[in-house]
Amino acid sequence: MKIYLKIWRQKDATSKGQMVKYTMDGIEGDMSFLEMLDVLNEELISKGEEPVEFDHDCREGICGTCSLQINGRPHGPDTLITACQLHMRSFKDGDSITIEPFRAKAFPVIKDLIVDRSAFDRIQQAGGYISVNTSGNTVDANAIPIEKENADDSFYAATCIGCGACVAACKNASAMLFTSAKVSQFALLPQGRVEATDRVMNMVRQMDLEGFGNCTNTGACEVECPKGISLENIARMNREYLSASIKG
Amino acid sequence: MGILDSKVPKGPLAEKWTNHKNSIDLVNPANKRNIDVIVVGTGLAGGSAAATLAELGYNVKTFCYQDSPRRAHSIAAQGGINASKNYQGDGDSDYRLFYDTIKGGDYRSREANVYRLAEVSTNIIDQCVAQGVPFAREYGGLLDNRSFGGVLVSRTFYAKGQTGQQLLLGAYAAMNRQIQRGKIRSFTRHEMLDLVLIDGKARGIIARNLVTGEIERHSAHAVVIASGGYGNLFFLSTYCMGANVMAAWRTHRRGAFFANPCFTQIHPTCIPVSGDHQSKLTLMSESLRNDGRIWVPKNLDDAKAIREGKLKPTELKEEDRDYYLERRYPAFGNLVPRDVASRAAKERCDAGYGVNKTGEAVYLDFSAAITRYGTEKAYTSGLKDPDADTVRRLGEEIIESKYGNLFQMYEKIVDQNPYKTPMMIYPAVHYTMGGLWVDYNLQTTIPGCYSVGESNFSDHGANRLGASALMQGLADGYFVLPYTIGDYLSNDIRTGKISTERAEFDEAEKAVKERLEKLMSGKGLHSVDYYHKKLGKIMWDKCGMSRNEKDLKQAISEISALRKDFWENVKVPGTANSKNQELEKAGRVADFLEIGELFAKDALERNESCGGHFREEYQTPEGEALRDDENYKYVAAWEYKGEPKDAKLHKEELAYEFIELKTRSYK
Ligand SMILES: Cc1cc2nc3c(=O)[nH]c(=O)nc-3n(C[C@H](O)[C@H](O)[C@H](O)COP(=O)(O)OP(=O)(O)OC[C@H]3O[C@@H](n4cnc5c(N)ncnc54)[C@H](O)[C@@H]3O)c2cc1C
Ligand code: SF4
Ligand code: FES
Repeated sequence: MKIYLKIWRQKDATSKGQMVKYTMDGIEGDMSFLEMLDVLNEELISKGEEPVEFDHDCREGICGTCSLQINGRPHGPDTLITACQLHMRSFKDGDSITIEPFRAKAFPVIKDLIVDRSAFDRIQQAGGYISVNTSGNTVDANAIPIEKENADDSFYAATCIGCGACVAACKNASAMLFTSAKVSQFALLPQGRVEATDRVMNMVRQMDLEGFGNCTNTGACEVECPKGISLENIARMNREYLSASIKG
Repeated sequence: MGILDSKVPKGPLAEKWTNHKNSIDLVNPANKRNIDVIVVGTGLAGGSAAATLAELGYNVKTFCYQDSPRRAHSIAAQGGINASKNYQGDGDSDYRLFYDTIKGGDYRSREANVYRLAEVSTNIIDQCVAQGVPFAREYGGLLDNRSFGGVLVSRTFYAKGQTGQQLLLGAYAAMNRQIQRGKIRSFTRHEMLDLVLIDGKARGIIARNLVTGEIERHSAHAVVIASGGYGNLFFLSTYCMGANVMAAWRTHRRGAFFANPCFTQIHPTCIPVSGDHQSKLTLMSESLRNDGRIWVPKNLDDAKAIREGKLKPTELKEEDRDYYLERRYPAFGNLVPRDVASRAAKERCDAGYGVNKTGEAVYLDFSAAITRYGTEKAYTSGLKDPDADTVRRLGEEIIESKYGNLFQMYEKIVDQNPYKTPMMIYPAVHYTMGGLWVDYNLQTTIPGCYSVGESNFSDHGANRLGASALMQGLADGYFVLPYTIGDYLSNDIRTGKISTERAEFDEAEKAVKERLEKLMSGKGLHSVDYYHKKLGKIMWDKCGMSRNEKDLKQAISEISALRKDFWENVKVPGTANSKNQELEKAGRVADFLEIGELFAKDALERNESCGGHFREEYQTPEGEALRDDENYKYVAAWEYKGEPKDAKLHKEELAYEFIELKTRSYK
């Protein structure tokens, strides 16, 4: 296949970026999208140019590192996958593909397609944990039976990989889906209840401090989330937040 | 043998750990505040260690090369984590878990360590549940279990096919709590490039800020290496792209012995290689072997027709299929350990029975399980005479609930629906049992330098059973290191802050900078990947699933030549004082080019077959691994002496006081 690429190049956080065009030939459908970029980079290096930098690690859709905006959509055209799971068979010979970094005020560009998503870490640090000592003096695990349905829902919320696609998809760059997934995981478990009030208040406060926008219930986040994190989590977080505000 | 003192405590096996904990020196909480510890790596091992050390009161600095600790490679673990809880009442016990693990490792691990691992395993599950890790549960609200290769009990706890992710998020959350308290400072997008020794003790590291390129000095009273495995030296593997040996290798160069480098696990159920541009291999969790049956065609003609696309696997009659694992190993069947399953697959493919275009794939078939589950479900839902379609649909739903994300992953990569047609799988490099040599306290041969998780060599022997790496990482991090390190640090309560202005830091920083400059100054003929792929091919062809003397000798000279070529001709664009992914890769591949040679040397030295190390010269008439306990019942610990060819071998003899060494049989 022949593919025309337009890629965002930006030297560092302070430089101005621009779109640069590349043409690639001999692309096979079995290649993953990132492998296609590997091939491009090998060509650039052999020509003495600087390769395109992009974030990636596991290349199997679980670490949440890859973060490409492909043809205007986070992680590209297919649903329920990350950019590393996208394969070139999703494109046709002669297609033009635009590749940009995830864009949001809270995700500043570091270089080319790499952005800084450490704001997500700080939201977690604000309360995304259960305050249990790591001494190993806990009760037997089966002493806390948990209804399967709640355990499953908690698990589904916990499958969020922290990729940031929800933020990139949102016209307000809101981090509600991510934050609500974290809040939900604990809200559905008996272990974390004691500190639930502080947790939701602190995490939401941190989310706002980081410069993420407000949620206007557009739902674009849910559509683009590679892990199918549902909007129900946002509703659950809002309930938690409301009851916490009343208490607090 | 003085240098390799394993420090295994005396006394009965089941009491060693308790006695040891009772006798080691403690550090007063007020003094812990004056002690700094560096943890390199935030996977399960490093993350849990950092959180616990901080909890105890030490000041901790963590490092990882990813943008967030949560993205460490542990995240990718799919299948599960073992613990001898005996919740299923199927006869499990600490002793059985210990026994299975020792046997699985082909009697090349340290008895006392493995027993301790089994002993603390139950604690891990309690701890993780308390932290909110959402393990799979049964309808009654209790935890669910499944089974993994090499064992006959159900002791594996799991969270669908994402166990590693959930466990890591647990450790990450524990870290976050300490970051919030100010007890951990987390340095992300930072890579450790060297270890700093003062008076022979580990006292700090040199790290590169991967965003700015700045070289930084960090001091501490002790350094913990938790940097994961080095399987990426094969280029194609199930590891994440950034996995490397740098931290461990730099430590080795500073004097830490490197143990059993050739013990590498090849995992039997990975998605086969599809083309030249492939960058990594994807694992299909071993837990699939609970329900999937492995087969190839019985007749060569059928295999050929399948490869040419003239015959579909689903069209092949039951009697024309060779369920070779069930045939060869009736007791364990599809659940034999990984090394056994991998070799059996290679044997069939080498004999011409492979089922994909390249002839390097076997089938993993779920149709029997779908029918079995579907029928059961139909009955329990009151459908006494269900038609085939209903059975299939119900069965697929059950399989979906157990392994859904793995099936989805497979379909994305291969573009075939594994519910309808059997998966194709082939072995791939997956885990390195070798690593930094550590004693019972997890200390390397450098005082004050510890190693936990996959980056150390301990516990797994020559082969690792499924679901035991996560267990070891968390055992080391939550429950072992935080105790044992106190014994060492109790001597440091009066040391005070360690200055990074010392000459030792100057020297290490200078060495690091020179190395970076050297990497940038190659003649520029070939990219880093060019070398990495060449190295990977040598490793896979000559040091892979089976090895022989001739190939290993060749590998040694080829790797050494490739290394020389690399340093002269590698092309690294950009500059060293900015973000530069090619430079990052170059530094990692440079180290792979050294450990690769030591790997081959270690394999050549070990004239026996055991676990993942299969020497063609040493096998039984049936093609099973032939161990030589008389001569090779030791840990091979290599001392750095310059070029890998000069490395010096030290042997830690393994003493088995409590179990009898047996031939490993799964028949
Ligand atoms: C696909 C897959 C599935 C698996 N499934 C299972 C399973 O079901 N059960 C099981 O028990 N095991 C499984 N394993 C094995 C298990 O996941 C790993 O062995 C284990 O997670 C390793 O943990 P770790 O903490 O030692 O290292 P890692 O998680 O690899 O962490 C390494 C850390 O070190 C950091 N690091 C590395 N080098 C440097 C450096 N130079 N400077 C700074 N930081 C550095 C990294 O950033 C990272 O934080 C699986 C492995 C894979 C690949
Ligand atoms: S909610 Fe979905 S899109 Fe957002 S960070 Fe989590 S996985 Fe990514
Ligand atoms: S690289 Fe890990 S999710 Fe894409």
